[in-house]
Amino acid sequence: MPFLEIINIVKKFDKQIALSDISVEIEKGELVCILGPSGCGKTTLLRIIAGLETANSGQIFIDGVDATFLPAAKRNFGIVFQSYALFPNMTVIGNVLFGLRQKKWMAKSDMHTKACEALRLVDLFEHKDKFPRQLSGGMQQRTALARAVALSPSFLLLDEPLSALDAKVRQKLRGEIRAIQRSLGITTVMVTHDQEEALTMADRIVVMNNAVVEQIGTPREIYNHPTNPFVANFIGTMNFYQHDGQTCAIRPENIVITNRKSHYDFAAHVKALEFKGPMTRVHGTLPDMSEVCMDISSEAASEMRLNENGTVFLKMPQENLINYANTAV
Amino acid sequence: MNSSIRRWFSRFRFWQFVVLVAVLLAFTVILVFPLFSLFSKAFLNNAGEFAGFDNYSKYFSTPSLSASIKNTLDIALWSTLFSGVLGFLYAFALARTRIRWKTFFKYTAMIPIFIPTVVHALGLVYMFGRQGVLTRAGLFPFELYGRLGIIISEAIFTFPQAFLMFFVALEFADGRLYEAADSMGASPLEKLTRITLPEIKYTIINAFFVCFTLAFTDFGAPKVIGGSFNVLATDIYKQVAGQFNFNMGAVVGTLLLIPALASFTVDRLVSSKNSGTISAKATKLMIAKSIKRDAFFFCLCSLVTAFFLFLIAMLFVGGLSEHYPYNLSLTLKNFLFNRSAGGVDSYFNSLKMAFLSAAFGTAFVFVYAYMMEKINGFGALRKYGKLLSVLPLALPGMVIGISFIFFFNDRGNPLNFIYGTIAILVVSNILHYFSVPFFTASGCLKKLDKEYESVASSMNVPQWKTFLRVSVPLSLPAILEIFMYLFVNAMVTVSAVVFLYNAKFKIAAVAIIHMEEAGNFGQAAAMSLLILAINVLVRILYEAAIKIIKEKRL
Amino acid sequence: MKKNIVIFIAVLMIATVAVFVASCSGTTSPTVENGGSETESRAAEANETEGVASGEITVYTALEDEQVEEYLEVFNAKHPGIKVNIYRESTGVVTAKLLAEKSNPVADVVWGTAASSLLVLDDQNMLEPYAPEGVGNILAQFKSSKPVPTWVGIDVWETAFTINTVELEKLGLAVSDISSYEDLLRPELKGHVVMSNPSSSGTGLLTVTGLLQLKGKGTGTGWDFLTQLHENIDQYVHSGSKPAKMAGAGECVIGVSFGYAGIKQVRDGNPVVVVFPSEGSGWDLEANALLKKDSIDPAAKVFLDWAISDEAMNLYKANYPILANGKGGKYDGFSSDPVDQLIDNDLVWVASNRESVLYDWTEKFDGKSAPQK
Repeated sequence: MPFLEIINIVKKFDKQIALSDISVEIEKGELVCILGPSGCGKTTLLRIIAGLETANSGQIFIDGVDATFLPAAKRNFGIVFQSYALFPNMTVIGNVLFGLRQKKWMAKSDMHTKACEALRLVDLFEHKDKFPRQLSGGMQQRTALARAVALSPSFLLLDEPLSALDAKVRQKLRGEIRAIQRSLGITTVMVTHDQEEALTMADRIVVMNNAVVEQIGTPREIYNHPTNPFVANFIGTMNFYQHDGQTCAIRPENIVITNRKSHYDFAAHVKALEFKGPMTRVHGTLPDMSEVCMDISSEAASEMRLNENGTVFLKMPQENLINYANTAV
Repeated sequence: MNSSIRRWFSRFRFWQFVVLVAVLLAFTVILVFPLFSLFSKAFLNNAGEFAGFDNYSKYFSTPSLSASIKNTLDIALWSTLFSGVLGFLYAFALARTRIRWKTFFKYTAMIPIFIPTVVHALGLVYMFGRQGVLTRAGLFPFELYGRLGIIISEAIFTFPQAFLMFFVALEFADGRLYEAADSMGASPLEKLTRITLPEIKYTIINAFFVCFTLAFTDFGAPKVIGGSFNVLATDIYKQVAGQFNFNMGAVVGTLLLIPALASFTVDRLVSSKNSGTISAKATKLMIAKSIKRDAFFFCLCSLVTAFFLFLIAMLFVGGLSEHYPYNLSLTLKNFLFNRSAGGVDSYFNSLKMAFLSAAFGTAFVFVYAYMMEKINGFGALRKYGKLLSVLPLALPGMVIGISFIFFFNDRGNPLNFIYGTIAILVVSNILHYFSVPFFTASGCLKKLDKEYESVASSMNVPQWKTFLRVSVPLSLPAILEIFMYLFVNAMVTVSAVVFLYNAKFKIAAVAIIHMEEAGNFGQAAAMSLLILAINVLVRILYEAAIKIIKEKRL
Repeated sequence: MKKNIVIFIAVLMIATVAVFVASCSGTTSPTVENGGSETESRAAEANETEGVASGEITVYTALEDEQVEEYLEVFNAKHPGIKVNIYRESTGVVTAKLLAEKSNPVADVVWGTAASSLLVLDDQNMLEPYAPEGVGNILAQFKSSKPVPTWVGIDVWETAFTINTVELEKLGLAVSDISSYEDLLRPELKGHVVMSNPSSSGTGLLTVTGLLQLKGKGTGTGWDFLTQLHENIDQYVHSGSKPAKMAGAGECVIGVSFGYAGIKQVRDGNPVVVVFPSEGSGWDLEANALLKKDSIDPAAKVFLDWAISDEAMNLYKANYPILANGKGGKYDGFSSDPVDQLIDNDLVWVASNRESVLYDWTEKFDGKSAPQK
């Protein structure tokens, strides 16, 4: 039985539909990312799971129990927001203790021990007496994480937890959050608009757009087998072109570039070369003037002496091609 | 149970619902019920029979009366324009320039609300009246009494409000925007019109309505120096206290509500589009050096301040001299007040009343604003609550006073027991001065991270605890400001409490009016000085507390 | 966080101390004292009519603060057991408050308030008929005409001009030039006369109704005169004493106000003289009445008896020389008997025509013509 069951959730704000018939199942111990562009309804879905919003219809089951009408306080989860939402008038440990103090049956010393444990987990123990404003953004977000896990919640909700951070800190924290989640084995739902974040961190990804779920799957499935052009385009880079009345899609790294004129599918004009360290991205145009981009190793690029304004010959390997019914992308 | 009802009454929403209904009910009882008991008379004839809109058609068909509407709009617009522009420039000087004496200027800007309005009027007469200092020096070749007097007086009266609102808005600035503008070579004027004004446009609209409504409904200035220039507020006075025609008074009273209702509508329109909060990444604005700019603003502030200081200078001269203006030898005898006007007890009564008004009022306003800003759902109830919150701004004190008598003095009213006690004075003050503190509180709560409550409820912390441990401490500056505002206003207010104070419990601001009416200028000035002193003291305490809080938060 | 709370508490404490000090000094002072009032009033009821020595009553009055203080001292000396709580406001506010409290009256007695206001209260059946001891001494035209009077006058106030002599000279006029209403029409005075607005001030009303009666009720002459006068009026103000005060301060040259207000300006040392118009003055009474209540405190009657006693009348005389018992005095520095100054005022006509007079006056003069300078 899945740990979290979201069944046919519908949510309207005034006349606008935020969620239209959403159903998702989340297994115990999984980290699931809800990924989508802003305004797609992903945060609303998270808030409904948390009990911070009430759905117009549909049901939520947590660990087999109907939690549809359960208030947030009774759902036993930890939550981390993009804004950290740390209480600025409390120290780091004060923030963590704020929730623990509610557990009236707990001895004071136990509360303290628990809080310190949580802070050690995020490596902030030595900063426990500082105020949030004295910490860097990354440290603040780790405090928020410690606060969320200190109560040993049965699941964790992360609302764009890394979006407010610098690129470097963000990358580092990805790994840390994932490691903590694994070590605690805690079911986690994370909302993000950053596909790279979703691909690197998630066990499974729920791709949303315009109030509906577009696809659910592992990062690999989503990346390699996007079931529709939206997902294909939203995750990673995808080239689309028309072929035999069908829309074909192929990832840049799957296009084979040759100098030879034999066995090629297309000739492309090279518009620009973008050096990205180990890889080089080649931007080109197909004869029908549609844009195409290809990734090859920088080594190969220099061997082939690729030049801007030159011509290259492309091969689209069948096994990597995805065909869609002819829909506009 | 029906699922939609369950959605409502899941436990923690239930308590929100209870508290929300409780505050709305309390406010309805002190605002809507008394108003209804007075305003329903707008539809009765003198015999007490239902008359439909007869009173209205009678009112509008009397050209001299309906001219009052035009006059009121006229003076309200002009005074709002003056106090708005001046308040903005003054606030700009304190927030965005490097002039000296900022603390001093900040205090002097508040003078108009630290003293009873009758003192403003006296001050104006001493300056600009026919025998006024400036008139005699030939510096004021205009007629004070009438339109001009009202406009000047209302502009002074509303200046501190405009200044405070603009100051709060201008204090927060995203330095990055200005740096970007500088890098693009924008002129100061461009920066003003492209960055500063758009950033504070919500404040501009709010300040406009606050000042406009205050000027629209104020009675003090038109009565004292309005001459024969009729406005709606003097019309009410004539109907109620001159002709004892409560029905017609009620008609005029309902008309006075129009600006507040309009502002509510505009507020709904504007705030739905207004989502601009200061980004967490905003940097502190570095104020560039500019001697020309600072010189200009220093002169401006000095002029305004000199004007206000002149207003109170005569209090010192009058209050401390033997018999102004004939015998100016120094004396403290004016502080030995006559017993009949309430004596020195009236001062202590006022302190007590102001403190209770401020203490209960602050708690009520803050909880009310919290229920409006920090809970989800209950859309209709919260809309109702927000509508109510702007109405007190539009109520002249006399309307509050009379309607409180009608409602609370009724034998059938279970709340009858508060009539004639200090409690009714406190309640009337809280109601009278509710709107501006409410704007302060809700503005402050809007700036707090809206996820504090979500995080806390995820940790199973009850909302009241989050309220006490997080929202209240973080809003402490606003709470202190509200406390101060209510205290200061309760010290100087006359118009509503004059109908409600008890024969055994006289208050200082009313005593000042009596002393002045009796020609006892020395005592009136002395009492005004005592009020000014306590208000300045409260302000100093407030600033000190704010400074400490800011240092802690850095 | 903790420190913030400390600050907050500190501020609260300072304020609390202030209030504590306030309440202490409040309870030790005689005026706010209210301990034992209940027992006192119960004792008063037990005592019934004759020789009531104790009780507590609430009196609404429009008399001047200083007068109230002076008069009450005398009353208290005579009736030390009766505690009198005074609510003193301008005539308009007192009357409006009384009317608003109609359903559940708070006041026991109205003292020294315009008879024109008491007529309104009487109309609404709010006054209890009571003939105070010595009511026979009061002249018939100065008390209610009912068999048992509902109100009884104590003194009279009347239209008078307060003239600033310094300012008048600047206009090239002498005080002797101004002795009648007609003199107010002199072209030199254009824009220099201030008068009370009859729709907000009792003094304004008695001046206008007095003029209308002088020129003949129902004829248009009165209105014609007012129209001419309007040409010279600088402003109509919302208080009866204000024209006198403005004249005193030189803010206008002639203030059409009432006698006592002008005398006060003279006493305060301002360069003014008081002139009573030779045609006669419109007037109104300061009068007393008993409020109709479920239970009437006998102390209220004791107070009303005292309030028209010779002792009280002698006190009033110092400020208002025309007394309702006809045994008045004179204004300082005025030789003629002020009673001769009064016109034959028909108070009932005033009361019944009040609304139409005010309507016409408002139509003609109010607001439409703010002073154009």
